[in-house]
Amino acid sequence: MADLLEVTGVTKQFGGLAALEAVTLSVGKGEIYGLIGPNGAGKTTLFNCMTGLYSVTAGRILLDGAPVHNRKPHEIVRRGFARTFQNIRLFANMTALENVMVGGHIRSRAGILGAILRNPRTRAEEAQLRRKASELMEFVGLRGKGRTLAGHLAYGDQRRLEIARALATEPKLLALDEPVAGMNPAERRQMSDLFRRLRDSGITLLLIEHDVKLVMGLCDRVAVLDYGRKIAEGGPESVQQDRAVIEAYLGVDEGTG
Amino acid sequence: MDIFLQQLINGLVLGSIYALVALGYTMVYGILELINFAHGEVTMIGAMVALSVIGLLLGAMPELPGILVVLAGVLVAIPACMLLGYAIEKIAYRPLRKAPRLAPLITAIGVSIILQNVAMLVWGRQYVSFPRILPEGRHEIWGAHITDLQIFIVVLSLSVMASLWLLVQRTRLGRAMRATAQSKEVAALMGVNVDKVISATFLIGSAIAAIAGVMVSAYYGLAHYYMGFLLGLKAFSAAVLGGIGNIAGAMLGGMLLGMIEALGAGYIGDLTGGFLGSHYQDVFAFFVLILVLVFRPSGLLGERVASRA
Repeated sequence: MADLLEVTGVTKQFGGLAALEAVTLSVGKGEIYGLIGPNGAGKTTLFNCMTGLYSVTAGRILLDGAPVHNRKPHEIVRRGFARTFQNIRLFANMTALENVMVGGHIRSRAGILGAILRNPRTRAEEAQLRRKASELMEFVGLRGKGRTLAGHLAYGDQRRLEIARALATEPKLLALDEPVAGMNPAERRQMSDLFRRLRDSGITLLLIEHDVKLVMGLCDRVAVLDYGRKIAEGGPESVQQDRAVIEAYLGVDEGTG
Repeated sequence: MDIFLQQLINGLVLGSIYALVALGYTMVYGILELINFAHGEVTMIGAMVALSVIGLLLGAMPELPGILVVLAGVLVAIPACMLLGYAIEKIAYRPLRKAPRLAPLITAIGVSIILQNVAMLVWGRQYVSFPRILPEGRHEIWGAHITDLQIFIVVLSLSVMASLWLLVQRTRLGRAMRATAQSKEVAALMGVNVDKVISATFLIGSAIAAIAGVMVSAYYGLAHYYMGFLLGLKAFSAAVLGGIGNIAGAMLGGMLLGMIEALGAGYIGDLTGGFLGSHYQDVFAFFVLILVLVFRPSGLLGERVASRA
């Protein structure tokens, strides 16, 4: 399996504090890859480095063979890397459909002149953008909610909308930052199904999640971060039995998780 | 009654101009949370460039119809201002994008002073008069007068506002602008080229400022290197009145401010028994600004600023 994402020796320092230390991992095409670890382990920091929000102090990140570290976020999205957020960050004052359409911008062309002149090509493109956005809304289970302001959607629907918006950028790799946080078991099952459908449609998934059961049931491979280092990587079972992991994370979490 | 109506008409015209300038303040604030104090000067430069073109054309081809001459002036002023606005953002604000908010604000004031002085060097300290080449028809409605120019200003201003509204609500660029205004970071992560959107915002705001600059100089019949200062402050007040960052708010705030000012100027003499005259009209804008900041800092249509974070 060719690797879609290769993270090699990525270090991120904030002042004197190393949030990530020489993290190396690779995600194969078509995988669902889990990233777990206790709070503050550096999972979201790694996401932020991958998506261009943070520059990396050292190391490199390749997406489909091309370097994406220290590039601008919109360039990385263009290369096929989309993400959602741990704390939902929708455009709350725009409708749900408009949120998804913003995600589709990167795959459409009309420039400022086209926007002002509204020539036929621009209109056609706009209609296409709208149609695709509705399809994606339906795909994630938000049919008929396109006109609702994103900020007015129910919590679970907001999480779904974030996924639809990210999908609109037509990613090869979709990174989900705690996508089922705050959801009930039934909703979690629905989301797991959605993730499988996404994988089946050819999108590679990178998943940060606290719900160990969900991660273990869903992911092909898992990496465990602790204090900014990768302490284990492998199939769900082997990781679950890894001593370092049990000490760092699963052992502590057993009673509450 | 006819004084009231007359002042209402005058206020509408004035308000149309304030609204256009206020749009520039509010669009930039909405996206960068920066008060672009140089925006008033961009308006002034628009007026000056247009007047230079008009002067040249009148000298070269005096038989040309007045409207065409003014139109040519506007058509040169718009790209000139767009270029200026684009350059201001790129040179003065972009390098400070991540700096504390006070830094670009001070830079904005600096840019404003530079532009005033450049204009003074280029066009001189004297008032530049707007040649009387536009149709000067006057119409009477219920005892009040309205001129062709006034009608034209209001209609043009309303159409500019309607176009902008459509652009922001209905187009890809508009959606990108709204997304960027809500969060630059998230917009970028969804593939929006934030730098381009910010440049486009300055281009559009400056183009509108150019139109407003020509309007104001045609209305008062003159332009001056210092005119952008007071106009800018009033438009800023209008933007705050409507809710800074809110496009509809800037339109509403501009219109309201124009009317408040005109009605205030019309009645201040009667209200104070002749102690204060209509030349105190400039007081009203700032009086309104103070009232809004005290009683409703988020403006008429604005959201609470705290909820934007």
